[in-house]
Amino acid sequence: MDKLNVIIATDCGSTTTKAILIEKKDDIYRQTYRGEAPTTVEAPYEDVTRGVLNAIQEVEELSGRQILDGETIITPAEDHRGVDIYISTSSAGGGLQMMVGGVIQAMTGESAQRCALGAGAIVMDILASNDGRQPHEKIERIRQLRPDMVLLSGGTDGGTISHVVELAEFISAADPKPRFGSGYQLPVIYAGNKDAAQEIERTLGDKTALTVTENIRPTLEEENLGPARHVIHDLFLEHVMAQAPGYRKLISWTGAPIMPTPGAVGLMMQTVSKQQNINVVGVDIGGATTDVFSVFDNIFNRTVSANLGMSYSVSNVLAEAGLDDVMRWVPFKIDEADLRDRIKNKMIRPTTIPHMLEELQVEQAIAREALRLAFVQHRALAVGLKGVQAERTLSDVFDQSAGGDSLIKMRDLDLLVGSGGVLSHAPRRMQTAAMLIDAFQPEGITRLAVDSIFMMPHLGVLSSVNEIAATQVFERDCLIYLGTCIAPIAQGKQGAPWAQYEIALPDGTQSGTLNIGDLLHFPLEADQEAHITLQPERNTDAGAGPGRELNTTVKGGTAGLILDGRGRPIVFAENQSERTDQISRWSETLNLYPR
Amino acid sequence: MAHAYTPGLRVTPQTLLQRQRQLPLKGEVVVSQGDSVTRDQVVAHTHLPGNVTTLNLVNILSCTPEELPNYMLKSEGDPVEADEPIAETRPFIKWFKTTVKAPISGTLESISKITGQVIFRAPPRPVQVQAYIDGNVIEILPEEGVIVETTGAFVQGIFGIGGEIWGPLHVISKEPDQILTPDQIDDSCAGKIVVGGNLLTLDVIDKAREIGAVGIIGGGIRDSDLRDLLGYDLGVAITGTENIGLTVIVTEGFGPIAMARKTFGILSENNGKEASISGATQIRAGVLRPEIIIPESTIHEQTDESDNPGLIEGALLRVIRAPHFGQVGKVTALPPELQTVESETHVRVLEVEFDNGDRATVPRANVELIQE
Repeated sequence: MDKLNVIIATDCGSTTTKAILIEKKDDIYRQTYRGEAPTTVEAPYEDVTRGVLNAIQEVEELSGRQILDGETIITPAEDHRGVDIYISTSSAGGGLQMMVGGVIQAMTGESAQRCALGAGAIVMDILASNDGRQPHEKIERIRQLRPDMVLLSGGTDGGTISHVVELAEFISAADPKPRFGSGYQLPVIYAGNKDAAQEIERTLGDKTALTVTENIRPTLEEENLGPARHVIHDLFLEHVMAQAPGYRKLISWTGAPIMPTPGAVGLMMQTVSKQQNINVVGVDIGGATTDVFSVFDNIFNRTVSANLGMSYSVSNVLAEAGLDDVMRWVPFKIDEADLRDRIKNKMIRPTTIPHMLEELQVEQAIAREALRLAFVQHRALAVGLKGVQAERTLSDVFDQSAGGDSLIKMRDLDLLVGSGGVLSHAPRRMQTAAMLIDAFQPEGITRLAVDSIFMMPHLGVLSSVNEIAATQVFERDCLIYLGTCIAPIAQGKQGAPWAQYEIALPDGTQSGTLNIGDLLHFPLEADQEAHITLQPERNTDAGAGPGRELNTTVKGGTAGLILDGRGRPIVFAENQSERTDQISRWSETLNLYPR
Repeated sequence: MAHAYTPGLRVTPQTLLQRQRQLPLKGEVVVSQGDSVTRDQVVAHTHLPGNVTTLNLVNILSCTPEELPNYMLKSEGDPVEADEPIAETRPFIKWFKTTVKAPISGTLESISKITGQVIFRAPPRPVQVQAYIDGNVIEILPEEGVIVETTGAFVQGIFGIGGEIWGPLHVISKEPDQILTPDQIDDSCAGKIVVGGNLLTLDVIDKAREIGAVGIIGGGIRDSDLRDLLGYDLGVAITGTENIGLTVIVTEGFGPIAMARKTFGILSENNGKEASISGATQIRAGVLRPEIIIPESTIHEQTDESDNPGLIEGALLRVIRAPHFGQVGKVTALPPELQTVESETHVRVLEVEFDNGDRATVPRANVELIQE
């Protein structure tokens, strides 16, 4: 890959195929043009390459560069013709749907879940010896689900083999069929106790396409997810993708293996975290699902909330969060029956957009709750074991799922990145910042950003080919920095003083008192910095420890600098009219909506 | 070339339709290519593997898994009857003998020397696939099913619950904006597919179910009524397997909303004729909408479905989001440049003149074409 000057990348989503052109100019890689077209996996086309060609054709029209010769991508690039490489990600046809199994739900079961999620899969169910279901219930469930792939783990190397073999027996008895067609065997990955491998082979070898790889939990203190994740990616291409319409052709076009879209986004998050040595949380909120990614102290986690989204799943957000939690973000009252009908109409006609301001506010309120719930799920899974490099003590092993063990430490979070329609296309960037702050409730100092046009999947797969190109485009064209949020930690009476602040802004110094319940906003452009001194009250922590003065320099963005004194969790007034006033006040401070 | 996607539901008085009728597993097709079939005729059948019951014998027999084969009276693959002895210990004193009996009738599928688990499988369950529509078998999918073709009226709804059913259409409302009342549902609705114009209320659906109607079709339904009908809040629109006694299809959406005049006209014209309907809805990749098919034995000239001109001036549309939700009108202009609407969203818009003469500018994403 010595000479990569022109790159065309696509992401084949469930509904839209997005193509971007990346060109190296003056030694710097930049994203230059973008095209999109409806995905063509379904009837009447049933050939994914049709949508890819359409999207690339749009890039051709905009850029003036000839990329296609009929239905062939021209490589390598010469002057204004052709590209050096074509790469792609895919989540079309519902993405990669997996079922995982482990002996103990909270141990190997969770490890298997993290492994599959990290590879970009949707986990349909977790099978475990202690999941409380009767054997026949487990077998019935396996048969019903028709996953694309099964990951079976269980037992540490040298430990007991009977439990994991029992799970294999259940899978064998269910004789599950893969989702796409009946012409091939279901891929099963075994990544458990190596001593049981032979017995697993005997049990599943004839009925499934079995691949045996390294144990994801070789010892109680170790988690080794890499090898199994690679096998998932390989099988995704060989078995699942190859069955989907047109993918054999697409695979032959690409210069690097096609990745599942969330797997590629995860790779990008890890690259950014590694290069800048920061802790990152990223979220991608779509129509059907919400993906949350985190990298804390080099440990990567991803979760997907399969039924939290802004169109197909919008009704489920209301069902899970409850009407009160959605409406607490909105400064007006609305008839419940009417709201329910409106939300259901969005569900059955997912492509509509809010025309009226009131509808936008309701939609952004739903987004806050979808993001919040997805993050709750993420925190519950991003726990416990660290990677193979850092071992846990044995005493930690038995309480992995306990609340205090989450790896997500909001005070240590450096960068919060949002993407997905409701965040990327909000009419005002300040609305994006507010949704991120309200949903994730960052503590201390946190920089906020948004993926401008959802190109993280493309850059993720690009990073597997050329990491420099991927990070240059990520920094220059993908991320739009929204600004910085500073949120001191403490609870107290509303209106009581919380901290004294002094902020040296480019156009002068501002100082004052941040009271409990206050939200303050200071404009600060993306290329500007401000020095801030925060002297908190005795029991308050601004990020430097309780009562200790915080001195730091922060960066700006399209939404500027936000001092958030509303508490964690944010404290709402109990009285309806007071709460309405409170929301209106916050909204006015941030100039969220037109008056 | 990429194009703007404007969703539209098919509503046509006469068209050629094909439906694939497929078994969940391989089996036997019992009709031949060219056969004429009726909606309730079985076209293919198979057997689903029976349910599985497990029994761990090591604890019962107090032995190790490796020793288990020594105690077995039956081998893998043997047929077993419920309560038939399948394993026993052989102690010196007969008194201490332990016998294990088969928990179900079926087959002994496997005996594990690793876990001590014995798996029994119940006899296979028969599964049949019916033709669903009156028509002709035009293609056989070997061992899997058939494709049935018919001509007739075809109406796609926007949302439904309940599976495939058939019966005569029974149109009650006189106008598409009329809301059915429970007293309009009487014994004459039994075994029929009831058609109303506007909202289907819970009272009306309950009454129809009580009388024995097999299906009910209307313009809209309130979400609160849907929740009461199902007994839970529907989070994701994947339906078709609900077992509520009848199939419900709404053609326009949630809330009180009049059925499109054309849809109502087609249903009214076919009043009394046999229809096949399905409430199955899936609004994700591979969109599936509920449908009403009224096969016609006499072949009229077909409407050409492929000749859909798309979003052009004069096209008939319905607004599918507030404000103007549910209003029907004609496109008067399609300005190419992005415009800012009240929510400050920059969008492509169109100008529309409604049936009552009012005009409005709405985002193109918020309209649905009504195919004429």
